[in-house]
Amino acid sequence: MAQVTLRKVVKAYEGGVQAVKGIDLDIADHEFVVLVGPSGCGKSTTLRMIAGLEEISDGEIAIGGKVINDVPPRDRDIAMVFQNYALYPHMTVFDNMAFGLMLRKFPKDEIKRRVDNAARILDITPLLARKPKALSGGQRQRVAMGRAIVRDPKVFLFDEPLSNLDAKLRVQMRTEIKKVHQTVRTTTVYVTHDQVEAMTLADRVVVMNGGIIEQVGSPQELYHNPKTRFVAGFIGSPAMNFIPCRLENGAGALRLHLPGDIVLPVPAERTARYQGLAGREVLLGIRPEHLTEAKNLDRPHFAPMTATPEVTEPMGMETLVHFRMAGAEICGRVDPLAPAMPGQPLPMAVDMSNMHILDPQSGRVL
Amino acid sequence: MSSTTATPFVPAEIRHGSLRRERRWALIGAYVALAVFVVFFMTPPFHMLMTSLKSSGEIADLSGNPWIVAAPTLQNYWELLTEGNYLVHFRNSVIVTACTVAISMVISVMAAFALARMKFWGSATLATGVFLTYLVPETLLFIPMFQIIGGLGLYNNLWAMVLIFPTLTVPFCTWIMIGYFASIPKELDEAALIDGASHLQMLWKIFIPVALPGILAAMIFAFTVSWAAFIYPIAFLVSSDQMVLTVGIVSDLIRADTFQWGKIMAGALMAALPPLLVYAFLMDYYIAGLTAGATKG
Repeated sequence: MAQVTLRKVVKAYEGGVQAVKGIDLDIADHEFVVLVGPSGCGKSTTLRMIAGLEEISDGEIAIGGKVINDVPPRDRDIAMVFQNYALYPHMTVFDNMAFGLMLRKFPKDEIKRRVDNAARILDITPLLARKPKALSGGQRQRVAMGRAIVRDPKVFLFDEPLSNLDAKLRVQMRTEIKKVHQTVRTTTVYVTHDQVEAMTLADRVVVMNGGIIEQVGSPQELYHNPKTRFVAGFIGSPAMNFIPCRLENGAGALRLHLPGDIVLPVPAERTARYQGLAGREVLLGIRPEHLTEAKNLDRPHFAPMTATPEVTEPMGMETLVHFRMAGAEICGRVDPLAPAMPGQPLPMAVDMSNMHILDPQSGRVL
Repeated sequence: MSSTTATPFVPAEIRHGSLRRERRWALIGAYVALAVFVVFFMTPPFHMLMTSLKSSGEIADLSGNPWIVAAPTLQNYWELLTEGNYLVHFRNSVIVTACTVAISMVISVMAAFALARMKFWGSATLATGVFLTYLVPETLLFIPMFQIIGGLGLYNNLWAMVLIFPTLTVPFCTWIMIGYFASIPKELDEAALIDGASHLQMLWKIFIPVALPGILAAMIFAFTVSWAAFIYPIAFLVSSDQMVLTVGIVSDLIRADTFQWGKIMAGALMAALPPLLVYAFLMDYYIAGLTAGATKG
């Protein structure tokens, strides 16, 4: 049993600055939860409070049902992987991994069994006699993970473990971390600022901003049903487009009136939901993949529009087109064979079934 | 790219000719400066060596060349090692220095760990204060120190030096160690804490091994200060059997206006041998230790 529970957790520094402003979070046993958000959002502070490396100013943190606010890190039964690996430079890989077990006075054969097992899982058996300076970045990160695995703790804590690796290795290690979690099934709290990492690794993603939790949900849920403008803009790459417009009643249906006299129909099944908002200025939120070259226009929910790209970015499997609408930078994803040229009008299609309507004042998705 | 391709082909030796010439002149300048430096600093030891190999008669003979030994003899060395208290002084210096180094290391490593890592109210001010105490000259302190030592009944006692020398060494050693410990990434102690280490285990198993070059630098400093200390020993030690080398040589070998120059030089040369060996073998660590804080901390 190793659920992690946070109740009204606050971290305040001298001078009254609050890094974490009373967050509530329930992490289930075996769950892989990723805390994601921009720099300074309080994600690392939250992780460090769970680890016991930061004092909790207010609220309660429990691991496995036991409140651990005043329990020192060594008695919390957690293991942590740091961004810069934090390997002991004077010890071999074996000793680095065995250190925690030696301090806990495990028998030597048990230490060896556990280290060998972790080394096998992480494919670092040939490196056991080396010192950290003789390892590459990826190998060091594996050793850091090995040090966590051998402890067989209640909770794994990862603090941006892939940030120091190059892009290719990061993708590789991401898969490794997922594999390791699928093997050991230890409850994991993982901090990153990279939303791709969050989406690919997490059972549930916790999006933080300004010391509060914006939304908690599965990656799919956050992607398709964001609750706030921040989450909608943070999750997904390229980010969701936000276009100011007016919600109007017209021709017996609701429609969005965009600047430049572009009119997009609101899908019939959403009419009831937005009827009360008719006449209000709103923001249309639409992801780049729902702004494509003119296709499927015979289908319901697909509305035509024309845009003149300022910049096109051929990515191989798709081309990103950037254009301007009502002062906002808009990005669409079109087929690489579509005739997208800078300065040339391009007929496009908007998939309105995937639109979001947001309140421009509160930033809430309506 | 275009500028690279537009450059006409020039053979490497011509293209880099001016650079090599410049480098050659820089090297010549460096060697000249080093030669002046070596002559300047090696002249006194050379003179000491020459004098130590002369008999008293040859030293007193002012008509001879002071830089050349006419009849080399090891008489001075032999007499020093077989007669008088030179070996007692040597032993006393070793005892005092070994104890001073050990005490300084225990205090300064623990103090530096606390000041660098265990943030507490006033720790930054205290760290600066530690260094400031190093700046107070011994000449100001030896009168109050005299009263303390007298009060403790340690006047003319070798162990008074073991008590006093750490006051000279601990502040600077602590300062070196603070810089070195501060350069160790914070995550290393956090990892150790999570691994289950107590603060003492963290210090012993992580910080001391990682900071070994810094500790060696501090040890060499403590060794040098203790081995070469003069003011306190001459103020507090009066009988020959309690003296350390620095005062023993001048006390025993200068009687009124009689200077036994040959023995003084031989004694001083032999006294310089331990620091010379320590520096020769540990110089790299010493430099690494002194510069660590500057570049990383």
